[in-house]
Amino acid sequence: MLGILLADVATADLNAIAKAGAVIGAGIAALGAGVGIGRIGGSALESIARQPEAKGDIVGNMILAAALVEGVALGAVALGFIVGL
Amino acid sequence: MQLRINRLVKKICGLSLLFCLSAASISLASGSDAVANDTTAGHAEKGKLEPGKLILDHISDAHSWHLWGHTELPLPVIIYSKEKGLDIFSSGRFDHGHKTYNGYALDGKNIIAVNETEPVDVHHATKNEELTASLWDFSITKNTLSLMISVALLLWIFISVAKSYTLNKNKAPSGLQSLIEPVIIFIRDNVAKSIIGEKHYERYLPYLLTVFFFIWINNLLGLVPVFPGGANVTGNIAIPMILALITFTITTFSGNKHYWQHIFAMPGIPKWVLVILTPIEILGVFIKPFVLMVRLFANILAGHIVLLVFFFLIFIFGEASLTTGLITSVPALAFTVFINCLELLVGLLQAYVFTFLSALYFGMATAEGHHEEAH
Repeated sequence: MLGILLADVATADLNAIAKAGAVIGAGIAALGAGVGIGRIGGSALESIARQPEAKGDIVGNMILAAALVEGVALGAVALGFIVGL
Repeated sequence: MQLRINRLVKKICGLSLLFCLSAASISLASGSDAVANDTTAGHAEKGKLEPGKLILDHISDAHSWHLWGHTELPLPVIIYSKEKGLDIFSSGRFDHGHKTYNGYALDGKNIIAVNETEPVDVHHATKNEELTASLWDFSITKNTLSLMISVALLLWIFISVAKSYTLNKNKAPSGLQSLIEPVIIFIRDNVAKSIIGEKHYERYLPYLLTVFFFIWINNLLGLVPVFPGGANVTGNIAIPMILALITFTITTFSGNKHYWQHIFAMPGIPKWVLVILTPIEILGVFIKPFVLMVRLFANILAGHIVLLVFFFLIFIFGEASLTTGLITSVPALAFTVFINCLELLVGLLQAYVFTFLSALYFGMATAEGHHEEAH
């Protein structure tokens, strides 16, 4: 059973599989970015609700943390792009 | 206060020039991007539209600057080889990569050496492998020219701001001063002073200010679609690499005893944990600037690619029929404008994050040790 599966994969177009892998990887990276930035935004909103006077500080730190998380995620997307082309 | 800002601004000019020179010399590396592609910069042949290749054309470096339609600005090729010495000529001689010239030809984006010295069609030329490997390509490419333009812009802005400080002595800031001064004060107070601390921040402030404005202006220029903007400078791996390298060098050379002690033998950790911790810390010394580079590069590159993809949707749908192309153009343009505005924010944010993290690393390098508090 496994042998038939492996034989099937071996004859398949590796280039297409590589591109599919790259795009799936980029998608998973986007998932990671979404989760991360969603959590950051969520905690920022909660803390603004708790203490509206601190809004300026909180928003500044939220943007900074979002940029850092985005950096990692976009690194993975860039890698996926390079592999896919 | 005004005189100090004046001197600061002059230091920014000096560092900008340094960046320009070092980045120009390392943009050799920018020539070897992943895929070698057709040098008819951004033009589809009549018939098959290849969006992937077109996008790559727009974001990669090139030996001529494509202005509009079929008009190109040919840039000088400066190439040095041990056998033939220094050769300077216009890249127009390559005729969009169709001809060889003087023993050189354009293969995708790289210059290769060929065996024929007479100008022949490039398909008949044979590549001279060993000579190609020993070539030094110092050409003024699109990115190099854009770097020079952005540095000229930076110098112009900051020299005029510095001059207005000497002219406007003891008076309220006016004109360009009023625009630049709050930004400089923001970086000085919120980034440098608060992170590095009162004692050491002045040494690093010129570099932090330079890197912030340099990245910001290059990001902004990359979003302008027409000449002199539109060259993908910060989205080219060479430029963030140099900036991260400089941050790494400054951090390493300003590390004090506590900094190195924290890396190699963090105090208060049992020996058996140190066996794991020290290699991680040593790796961290290199990984932190590397991530700095990748963050800036990937953010700006991804932004440009998304922008181009949304715009090319019009042409992709236009392949099917003229009407679908026209219909797609309205939402596609709306998306493109929206993403462009987002990229304006991202450009500023990435400049700020780079500066902030550089200041953080400098602060960690120069931090005084904590004294044990008596309970």
